[in-house]
Amino acid sequence: MRMIARRLGFYLVTAFVAVSVDFWMPRIIPGNPVDAILAKMQGVSITKSTIAALELQFGVNTKASLWSQYVHYLAQVLHGNFGISTSNGFVPVTTVIGGALPWTLGLVGVSTLISFCLGTVIGALVAWRRGSWLDNLLPVTTFFQAAPYFFLAFLAIDLFSIKLGWFPSGGAHQNLDFPGLNWTYLSDVLDHAVLPALTIVVASGAGWIVSMRNVMITTMDEDYVLIAAAKGLRERRVVWYAARNAVLPSVSGFALAIGFIVSGALLTEIVFSYPGLGLLLVNAVGDNDYALLQGIFLIITFAVLTANLLADFVYVFLDPRTRQEA
Amino acid sequence: MAPGIAARQRALRLPRSPKIVAGLAILGFFVLWAVIGPVVAPYSPDQNFANAPVPLPPSAAHWLGTTALQQDVFSQLLVGGGDTVLVALVSGVIATALSVGIGVTAGYLGGLADDLLSMIANIFLVLPALPLLIIMIGFLGRSSSNDILVVGVIISITGWAFGARVLRAQTLSLRNREYVDSAKIIGEKWWRIVATEILPNLTPVVATSFLFTVLYGVGTYTALAFLGLVNPNWSWGGMLFYAQNSNAEISGYWWWFVPPGLAVALLGTSLVLLNFGIDEFINPRLRAAGLTRRAGRKAGRRPEFALTAVLKTSGGQS
Repeated sequence: MRMIARRLGFYLVTAFVAVSVDFWMPRIIPGNPVDAILAKMQGVSITKSTIAALELQFGVNTKASLWSQYVHYLAQVLHGNFGISTSNGFVPVTTVIGGALPWTLGLVGVSTLISFCLGTVIGALVAWRRGSWLDNLLPVTTFFQAAPYFFLAFLAIDLFSIKLGWFPSGGAHQNLDFPGLNWTYLSDVLDHAVLPALTIVVASGAGWIVSMRNVMITTMDEDYVLIAAAKGLRERRVVWYAARNAVLPSVSGFALAIGFIVSGALLTEIVFSYPGLGLLLVNAVGDNDYALLQGIFLIITFAVLTANLLADFVYVFLDPRTRQEA
Repeated sequence: MAPGIAARQRALRLPRSPKIVAGLAILGFFVLWAVIGPVVAPYSPDQNFANAPVPLPPSAAHWLGTTALQQDVFSQLLVGGGDTVLVALVSGVIATALSVGIGVTAGYLGGLADDLLSMIANIFLVLPALPLLIIMIGFLGRSSSNDILVVGVIISITGWAFGARVLRAQTLSLRNREYVDSAKIIGEKWWRIVATEILPNLTPVVATSFLFTVLYGVGTYTALAFLGLVNPNWSWGGMLFYAQNSNAEISGYWWWFVPPGLAVALLGTSLVLLNFGIDEFINPRLRAAGLTRRAGRKAGRRPEFALTAVLKTSGGQS
């Protein structure tokens, strides 16, 4: 468990860095964020106290020292106070994010899981059957690795939604209000999630295929695999032994990949008008809603760190060596 | 064998891999495109043509049809390559310089410096890049985010960490080699040892990390342009931005979004191919076995399970 403790410490430091980035960004980059917000808010009546609150948040016209501002900021974040969203009728940022977060978590979480499992299995198969027709998958994966997520999303909509009419082209559900958790609603939600999920699975799966194949090929040349085969174990069993060991780098590489996948998934959401954080993020930039922008960045970072921690647990579960130190 | 010949053979061995040849060819094509695209474009990308209410499909006058504003898609496509390639190169060069500087320093110095630099690299790796870039651009504001060089620089800030990590690991494995020890005993300065003993051995790794960051730059610049955050000139991402704003994907105007998307994907594919080619050069086992298997059958050997056949063929494929 020392490994988990060490990783946990690292994630806490990273979370602290993300919070600090949010604090220092408006103070280091030249320009006056409050003026920019107010410029976007023309026509909306703003009270003096709102302006004062904004100035406090971004460190404009304040006499307090940077240090005391920083401490104050950290305390606010610790209490879950991320400020108010100027483009959403001055409700707290956490409320706005809370409405969008479940959609993103559901979509990205499930499709990342599917793509990891599917990609790893396919990668192991390609390595096992090296030299067969499966090798033809490799150039295809090269293309999908390089193609932008949102371009694949365009193609998915054009093909499966417009030409074939199988799935809806955007949104997360048909009903405007929430009818309760019944089957009609759930199937509608699933129906809307298929194409965005497919896009994310195809785009991110290619990377898992390649990394699994490459490690698997090296692993299959190891002596213990040769011995397993020489002992006369069934071929499936031997491949299983090799695959169990070959999957470790993919799991530990999860940390690197998840950032890319989340970035791509946010773009996919935008193409599908999916009501998640991606759409929120882009609208926030357009409206100069800095508090919301910062809040989304923090939430996404926290989610990515949590996903990493889960991957660490899986790693400890898969690799007995990490459990043996004690 | 004279050392000169050996060196030349080493230099020649790389381009023989089909992946490297294909990757270099496509990449060369796109670089050429970026340079002469604006010159050979039949029209100005901003010029408005026929006063039609909807985008027109490909025709003799407009090879790739028109946009909703009746601009020529083919001309936009030709002009749009320059920015993408330039930003990707700028961010690739800066990020690689950063990753070599930080990764090699960390790996060579070890100790506290290594702990600190590795920590910074790991933090940058875990922080989600796109949201970070978006808030940076949000605070920078329109004026500076429309400067291509600024965009290249901020992309490189989020793109160096992966290379640094790989380079650090490689440097660690080189640090205690005998030739490095002997250079230390002679009393060479540490930066001289790094420059003359360690860096030359890192060349393939530096090359892959450069290609990786260029690929990252292409994808990220296209993404930012697609979001409408950086659109100083015509770019492929920008074309996709306008296409999406006009609902081209829902209306079936494929000629508007397929060409720029394919261009980005193909440019990216060439970089991935080159990267794979270099990976296979470093680790020959990764090659797809099609060729070796055929050669194996010719040599009367059946490929056995769990073994990589090592065969010498006359074509110098090994």
